[in-house]
Amino acid sequence: MIAVVRFPGSLDHDSAVRAVEAAGGTATYAWHADRALPAGTRAVVLPGGFSYGDHLRPGAIASRSPIMDAVRQHADAGGLVLGICNGFQVLCEAGLLPGVLRTNATTSFVCRQVELEVLDHDTPFTRDLGAALSIPIKNHDGAWYGDPADARIVLSYGMENPLGSIGSAAGVANAQGNVLGLMPHPEEAVDRLLGSTDGLGLFTALVRA
Amino acid sequence: MSVALHRQLGLTDDEFAQIPILIGRAPTDPELVMFSLMWSEHCSYKHSRRMLRRFPTDGPHVLQGPGENAGAVDVGDGWAIALKVESHNHPSAVEPFEGAATGVGGIVRDILALGARPIALLDSLRFGTLESARSRHLFTRAVAGIGHYGNCIGVPTVGGEVVFDDRYEDSCLVNAMCIGLVRADGMLRAAAFGTGNLLVLIGNRTGRDGIGGASVLASAELSADDEDKRPSVQVSDPFTERKLMDCCLELAADDLLLALQDLGAAGLTSAASEMAAKGGVGLDIDLDRVHLREEGMAPAEILVSESQERMLGLVSPDKLEDVLESCARWELDANVIGTVTGTGNFTARHGGEVVVDIPASALTDDAPWYEVPRTPGPSATPLALDTVPVPADLGAAWLDLLGRPNIASKRWIYQQYDHLVGANTIRRPGGDAAVIRIPGMRRALAITTDCAERHCELDPRGGGRASVFEAARNIACTGAVPYAASDCLNFANPEKASTGWRLAEAIEGMSEALEAISVPVVSGNVSLYNESPARAIYPTPVVGMIGLLEDAGASVGHAFAQPRDAIVLLGGGAARLDASEWLGAALGAPALPDLAGEAALIAVMVVAAGAGLLRSAHDVSGGGVAVTLVESALAGGIGCSVALPLGRRADETLFGESGERIVVTCRPDALPGLRAIAGDVPLAVIGSVGGGTVDVQLGDATVSLDLEAARIAYEATLTEALA
Repeated sequence: MIAVVRFPGSLDHDSAVRAVEAAGGTATYAWHADRALPAGTRAVVLPGGFSYGDHLRPGAIASRSPIMDAVRQHADAGGLVLGICNGFQVLCEAGLLPGVLRTNATTSFVCRQVELEVLDHDTPFTRDLGAALSIPIKNHDGAWYGDPADARIVLSYGMENPLGSIGSAAGVANAQGNVLGLMPHPEEAVDRLLGSTDGLGLFTALVRA
Repeated sequence: MSVALHRQLGLTDDEFAQIPILIGRAPTDPELVMFSLMWSEHCSYKHSRRMLRRFPTDGPHVLQGPGENAGAVDVGDGWAIALKVESHNHPSAVEPFEGAATGVGGIVRDILALGARPIALLDSLRFGTLESARSRHLFTRAVAGIGHYGNCIGVPTVGGEVVFDDRYEDSCLVNAMCIGLVRADGMLRAAAFGTGNLLVLIGNRTGRDGIGGASVLASAELSADDEDKRPSVQVSDPFTERKLMDCCLELAADDLLLALQDLGAAGLTSAASEMAAKGGVGLDIDLDRVHLREEGMAPAEILVSESQERMLGLVSPDKLEDVLESCARWELDANVIGTVTGTGNFTARHGGEVVVDIPASALTDDAPWYEVPRTPGPSATPLALDTVPVPADLGAAWLDLLGRPNIASKRWIYQQYDHLVGANTIRRPGGDAAVIRIPGMRRALAITTDCAERHCELDPRGGGRASVFEAARNIACTGAVPYAASDCLNFANPEKASTGWRLAEAIEGMSEALEAISVPVVSGNVSLYNESPARAIYPTPVVGMIGLLEDAGASVGHAFAQPRDAIVLLGGGAARLDASEWLGAALGAPALPDLAGEAALIAVMVVAAGAGLLRSAHDVSGGGVAVTLVESALAGGIGCSVALPLGRRADETLFGESGERIVVTCRPDALPGLRAIAGDVPLAVIGSVGGGTVDVQLGDATVSLDLEAARIAYEATLTEALA
């Protein structure tokens, strides 16, 4: 069972559930105000959206939600946690991932397809991924800023770096590799009908956990 | 200062004189304020209501026609699609970011009021030219406002269009369309019923923002002192809107709501009086129970505040606890503010005293209506071709046209909108119509907004037809069947000159076209007074249309697909420069769109796409066939080579417009099948796909455009003008 956490202002939770199901798994929602993850949770997804309307800073308020203590315990025990877009911002704000997400270099919201390079195949998420993925981005504050020496930059935008992140980082993992945050939206790329299935591998990795 | 209160509020002396006759006494001040808003053009359609009856509104699939918060049609498998277009023009001209943002919020709540989940947004925009610093500012901020709101509430902005023209310099247009999904048997209505049932106000606190927006802003011409009207513009809070959506949909799914209504123009006054009048009941409202943002608000202020992100639910007393619990879970304020009574009166109390007690229907059904003067405008004179200079270099002219703001790529706009959220977007912005999957169904929807405003200026009836057919062709290019429409009629001051005639003629033309393709209008909106002392807008009847695609996987895009595919020009339209983008002005006399010809072309497209014959399809519109070919080539990253009959003049053949033409591509071996389907619809094989250039042979000469040069010209304009 995959738990998809729902905060007020979460937007991509339904798409994340559908993506888990497309990968052959089952998913359920975890509510932000609860103190425990649903029984039988094997892995956690923090979905995209504008939790708490991005008030204060994106992810700042959600990172202090009661459910986040349970997510932290899950991560500390080696469980997989995938943060997508706002979920990535929440994980950085919670200190589960290094760095912060700053406003895009364009100073605007950017919604478009991007080509990603998989730089690090040595995490549970990326072990079976190919070398390149075509997945959309859609965010306003997606420029990762941090010390590359302290971070595992797992996914990169390559030469293009559309948002202006340090090291062209698109996705960052913790040292153990069991917590991954990425700005692109793999849940928008699990169905040929919508143009790409390159995001499916990340959900397959969760389901396998 | 000696001006009577009713005049300050925008009521005429005759209208003011009607009120005592209706209610049997002089109105209290709060009552007078309520009448002034409910009888404004924006709320009562007093100048347009009679003409709107002309629209075809029936069809076997229509579940909800005009009259509710939004219309709805049956799309099969027990599902319905709700749709509506609405304007937020005047607020956007005063404060573009909040004006545009709250426009999105308002249309989303109209859809939500049916219990429908909003699944797509589109925006139809008209602004002054990009040479105007003021227009660049208004446009940039309006786009930012639309993006801010739509992105944050998680409803994808999948399409729309924009036209830049000096005629919109003083009166920009911001129209928003929303599409929603709801179980056909679970649709909510706004009518209140059942004495003792409770009115629950859910969402934002009520403040002094937006007071008088409907009468002050939306029902008068704009003038130089408009900055004084800024307090009349509402303030947006998309985070609360998202929670309101989540909460109301949860309440609807749990069967906890008897009726639902959004608070828009004229706030609580409009919402409650419409609920009461529709249900033929009374409402007793305690204004002390309305949760306020600031202290000391007067009863009239509470009654007409247009604070955003508020919904009014009708709840049975035994379900109240569940409703309040759900609202609390979503961290939304919710209060019982009134009850249904059997009196038929809108009653409001404040501090224990009755401050309003009038028949609800006096506010709604008894609103005045006016027969507007219909002085015909001048009839258009056909363009004399010899008055149009012949371009010295056709290739350079072609590149120039591709870079004009009304033709150039709109990527700068739609990249700022989340057009994907929800994971249903099959065809993204940039093509003819957006295509979205209907969650849980094999079917998909094609959606577009369109308007032929320059054509409407010259011939409103022809332009009305052209607006509908442009939308229908865009739908049909994806392979979808045009299925239902909503409209937003943006016009100038109806009390002046030919505006009434233009409005009536446009409605007539639109209706003729809609009847020709059997598409009903299920909802709509009217925005009048779009003029300043210096300029009136073009008549701009925006058509929002949805089409139904049987197989979501079988939609057709506009990109050229494969080398050697045959390029076919379908339809009998003739290339003419009258009112064209190449001419860049409302000059000439565009041909009256042919009802039978357009309908036949659309039918052929649907059948050909359904048979799987089409590799691409792209409507010939602004910029003519030359622009159509380049857009398909750029989207596919592959060029083409075509030959066209020279016609009267090369520039007319290349850049001439008129409806009833679509460029399609197919495998060469599919041509016989396509010919068989086309029947009497004119079909010409004009060339084939391939190469890195777009080559057009005209008689003995060939004009050639390098694809990379075309891409630069097409993509650079908006970014350079607005970044």
